[in-house]
Amino acid sequence: MKIAVCVKQVPDTWAEKKLQAGDSTLDREAAEGVLNELDEYAVEEALRIGEAHGGEVVVVSMGPERAAETVRKALSMGADAGIHLVDDALHGSDAVATSAALATVLEGRSFDLIIFGSESTDARMSVVPAMVAERLVLPQVTFAQKVEIDGSTVRIERQMEYGFDTVEASLPAVVSVVEKINEPRYPSFKGIMAAKKKPVEILSVADIGLDPATVGLGAAWSVVDDFAARPPKAAGMVVADEGEGGSRIADYLVDQKFI
Amino acid sequence: MSEILVLVEHADGQVKKVTFELLTLARALGTPSAVWLGIGASDAALASLGEYGAEKVYVVDSADMDDFLVAPKAEALARLMADSSAAAVLLPSTAEGKEIAGRVAVKAGSGIITDAVGVAADFTATQSVFGGSTVVTSRVSNGTPLITVRPNSTAPVPSPGAAARVDVAADISDAAKSARVVGRTVASKGGRPDLSEAAIVVSGGRGVGGAEGFGVVEALADSLGAAVGASRAATDAGWYPHQYQVGQTGKTVSPQLYIANGISGAIQHRAGMQTSKTIVVVNKDPEAPIFELADFGVVGDLFAVVPQLTEEIAKRKA
Ligand SMILES: Cc1cc2nc3c(=O)[nH]c(=O)nc-3n(C[C@H](O)[C@H](O)[C@H](O)COP(=O)(O)OP(=O)(O)OC[C@H]3O[C@@H](n4cnc5c(N)ncnc54)[C@H](O)[C@@H]3O)c2cc1C
Repeated sequence: MKIAVCVKQVPDTWAEKKLQAGDSTLDREAAEGVLNELDEYAVEEALRIGEAHGGEVVVVSMGPERAAETVRKALSMGADAGIHLVDDALHGSDAVATSAALATVLEGRSFDLIIFGSESTDARMSVVPAMVAERLVLPQVTFAQKVEIDGSTVRIERQMEYGFDTVEASLPAVVSVVEKINEPRYPSFKGIMAAKKKPVEILSVADIGLDPATVGLGAAWSVVDDFAARPPKAAGMVVADEGEGGSRIADYLVDQKFI
Repeated sequence: MSEILVLVEHADGQVKKVTFELLTLARALGTPSAVWLGIGASDAALASLGEYGAEKVYVVDSADMDDFLVAPKAEALARLMADSSAAAVLLPSTAEGKEIAGRVAVKAGSGIITDAVGVAADFTATQSVFGGSTVVTSRVSNGTPLITVRPNSTAPVPSPGAAARVDVAADISDAAKSARVVGRTVASKGGRPDLSEAAIVVSGGRGVGGAEGFGVVEALADSLGAAVGASRAATDAGWYPHQYQVGQTGKTVSPQLYIANGISGAIQHRAGMQTSKTIVVVNKDPEAPIFELADFGVVGDLFAVVPQLTEEIAKRKA
């Protein structure tokens, strides 16, 4: 079994995120870059499937130079090899271009499973896995809270508002996982040392045969015209409960016509 | 006026409220046509779409839409988009709505904007990003704009439309029928509204203290006809099912009223509820950051305040 797990470096969720004046892209230097938390579940799931069924786990990441740390993090968790697509031309790519670049990297490498986290904590669009499935004409089995491999079949529980759907497809397939699925492992000291020696293939846009004019900010099919800090909310009223707190909220709700 | 396609969100033959919101928005952009993918498009359902201004209702009456994941819907919608030469497509910003939009964007060569909270007449969309701290206006610069809109972003306003039914053949490719839905498991939610659609959400956090503690949260929710939400601390502890988590890695909700009980207001929680119109807070710690968002807050023990509130609501409704 050959498994790809796609990961993204994002600003630490605790850090304040800002768009940059000029090109309205995320200021990635302003905050420490970390492995997207939801991708940790994807890495963990890839490792578990690899351990249970035998096989190789390859981390794939598109991102600036420093996203190399993110690839290393996944390697230190136990992935076998990495692919880092890094090119200035990719800066500001939208989801459409990102999915094209990832699909181009993944295509022809005969992966049985391509696993993603269900969204990135910075862009929060949750569309790249579906787009990659569309481009590679592979079954899309996304938002999995459980993944089972049975021979050449993958079966997932797709998290739904009302519970879950059970969905089946033949391999190869594109999977995305939600955080409920597992408990990601911490890299061990041994893992961290071993990661330093694991192979990472560095690819540029030219290496994968993509036209640089089709990616990056200039090629984005959606553009940010403007952004502003949300105006601060007018201070509300806060009272201490002196035995009538519940009743005071009820008064407020009547006042606001909720009751 | 140009045609605006609105993807209908429906379950068990019933149209979901978000669809009426999208139709209301679409009327300001052009002539709304609803798109019904799947079985169950009854006359009553069509009539309800007409009440909110749908002039046409395209119906792709095919079980393939529900028997296979996402790809058939994307294929049908992309074809309709090409055949109708629509000026824009609005979809609900749900997990599936976004995935459909993503696939259609790739097929049609169109730009996509997700999680819009508003759309102007020139199709520029407003989004609230980074946990609600930043408001962005953006627009699609290539192809037919595909815009997913968050539930509860607009109040649905009725305005009659003809709702003329136009049946469209499904004709779905085999490639799109590759992920088969083989089972559906419905976790009971006691008849409460869907979290992402609900007009009122009552949430509990670590302060609720345990699974039993959610009883007071649920009782309050039921007194208001609200959905129940939870912080990650509560879902991680197994006190409440994960699909009810609100926040960065859970649901994003934007109800008319959000009541946070025993929740501190971590940035990741705010990311999922900050755009709520009115926020009420119950927390025993006056320093809890959630109070910064409160329109009305009570510093106190939720086990005293919340049951009293539930009782008062019952009294006042009587
Ligand atoms: C990448 C990432 C993603 C995350 N995603 C999410 C997410 O989607 N959603 C989310 O919610 N969190 C998320 N978190 C976790 C988040 O950082 C917080 O840990 C979490 O929101 C805290 O939950 P809480 O407010 O219930 O608990 P706490 O922070 O422990 O707050 C409990 C509050 O309850 C109050 N309290 C206690 N007892 C009572 C009582 N009897 N009466 C009244 N008040 C009482 C306390 O004063 C306190 O303010 C994420 C974290 C990370 C790193």
